[in-house]
Amino acid sequence: MSTDTVTPLDEHRYVLNMGPQHPSTHGVLRVILEMEGEYVMNPQPVLGYGHRMHEKMAESRSWPNFLPNAARMDYLAALIYNHGYVGVIERLAGIEATPRAEYIRVITSEMNRLQSHLLWLGVLVLDLGAFTPIMYTFEDREKLIDILEDVTGSRLTYCYMRVGGVVRDIDDKFISRTREYIDWQRSRMPMYENLVTGNIIFRKRVEDIGEFTPDLARRYGLTGPCLRATGIPYDIRRAEPYSVYPEFDFDIPTETAGDCMAAYKVRFREIEQSLRILEQALDKLPDGPVMAKLPKKIKLPAGDATYTVESPRGELLYHLTADGSDVPYRMKIRVPSFSNLSVLPEICSGMLLSDLCACMGSLDLVIPEIDR
Amino acid sequence: MKEYFALIFTGGKSLIVGMMITLREFFRPIVTVQYPRETLPVSPNFRGHTILIRDEEKEFKHRCISCKMCQRECPSGCIDLAGEKREGVKGMVLVKYHLDFTKCSLCGTCVEVCPTDALDFSDEYRHVGFTREEFHYDLLAKVEEKE
Repeated sequence: MSTDTVTPLDEHRYVLNMGPQHPSTHGVLRVILEMEGEYVMNPQPVLGYGHRMHEKMAESRSWPNFLPNAARMDYLAALIYNHGYVGVIERLAGIEATPRAEYIRVITSEMNRLQSHLLWLGVLVLDLGAFTPIMYTFEDREKLIDILEDVTGSRLTYCYMRVGGVVRDIDDKFISRTREYIDWQRSRMPMYENLVTGNIIFRKRVEDIGEFTPDLARRYGLTGPCLRATGIPYDIRRAEPYSVYPEFDFDIPTETAGDCMAAYKVRFREIEQSLRILEQALDKLPDGPVMAKLPKKIKLPAGDATYTVESPRGELLYHLTADGSDVPYRMKIRVPSFSNLSVLPEICSGMLLSDLCACMGSLDLVIPEIDR
Repeated sequence: MKEYFALIFTGGKSLIVGMMITLREFFRPIVTVQYPRETLPVSPNFRGHTILIRDEEKEFKHRCISCKMCQRECPSGCIDLAGEKREGVKGMVLVKYHLDFTKCSLCGTCVEVCPTDALDFSDEYRHVGFTREEFHYDLLAKVEEKE
């Protein structure tokens, strides 16, 4: 890549290197920007700074040993990544988790989604230059993480789900704290609406920036809130229901404008939907064991299985091929951020540099997930 | 011209709304914890590095039978333990239990597979050191010195 930076360009054009340690790239993403004045003519992302060969690791050790790795790919949605991995093993081996475990998985996954969205809300506004909202979102997020810490034992890289169930049962304290949290978060949403959504500077920075169109989404495999901002109500929780999601009543928020503001509004409304799912799941929570009765050693039969879950950033797919041994033959992980980032050169050409930050912020990139 | 003043008006309004929110926040109780001087209680379910549970009833004050299940199941290979046969003692006696905490990912597999429930998570979250060797814990020594 170093030859790119020294290629002579036109008189007016120059190359600007953004990252790999730029605060608004949220990790080790490097973007080579071909600039003309303050306009970005051709942004090219450079990936691989955080590559840890997670797929290869899955193929070189027995399947239970991959459990802690799943959480390390996307540090903001560790439980959802856990869920996908145990889901694919369960589907291949024909195991069913207990009903209570499925509910706990949904509850903790939604809490994980909430904290991811809260962090996104804070850092998007931070990227645009406003510092205050991140302090408020972190206060909310801290409450959530404390609740999750109490049941899972860790704060960020959870390793909570196991094949057949979850590690630890939730107790009444967890339920009452979560209910308290739901009320608290609901009372905070009008404040964010006034502080962030209604702010004239914020609106000017994100409205009509970026063009997410259904056609672009189809060509690049754009998923998640950015896809829903183009008006397509595609959410794995509804399109390909997994776990106990069909039992809950929730909406898929969509917007039609297709700009960064639409993506912002979709995510903002998803917070309320997650709270609704949480509330219903806590009401319906069945009794029973949290771990299914399983043989001590689970054998993976030869064959392949696919399991798709909705991560806060879009569609997360695990595809596992086994050859009858303990070690998976091939593990393919389709991460949402990779496809979401690939639209960057197309939608950000001809944009102001400061708008590029807004655009990357609304894609909600998590770089370790892309590099994995 | 009219639009220009309308913009100034809406801009000023959103500024006042934002300022009101920060002002209200100013009178709310402080949530920041001044960390080194004050600490929050650690949840009993917190997963720190693993420790051997101290059991006064046992001869060697722990329940480990050196079966090496944890060593075999560990995804990161961070456990190194050894046992030996001794005259007059039934079973194996643990002589070494090293935990390389630099590699540990706190998944809890060792705690789950242990047949005698000899392992547990500690609530230690402050780990500071200058060399890697400072994070190579000798769990056997830890359980012996804990009175």
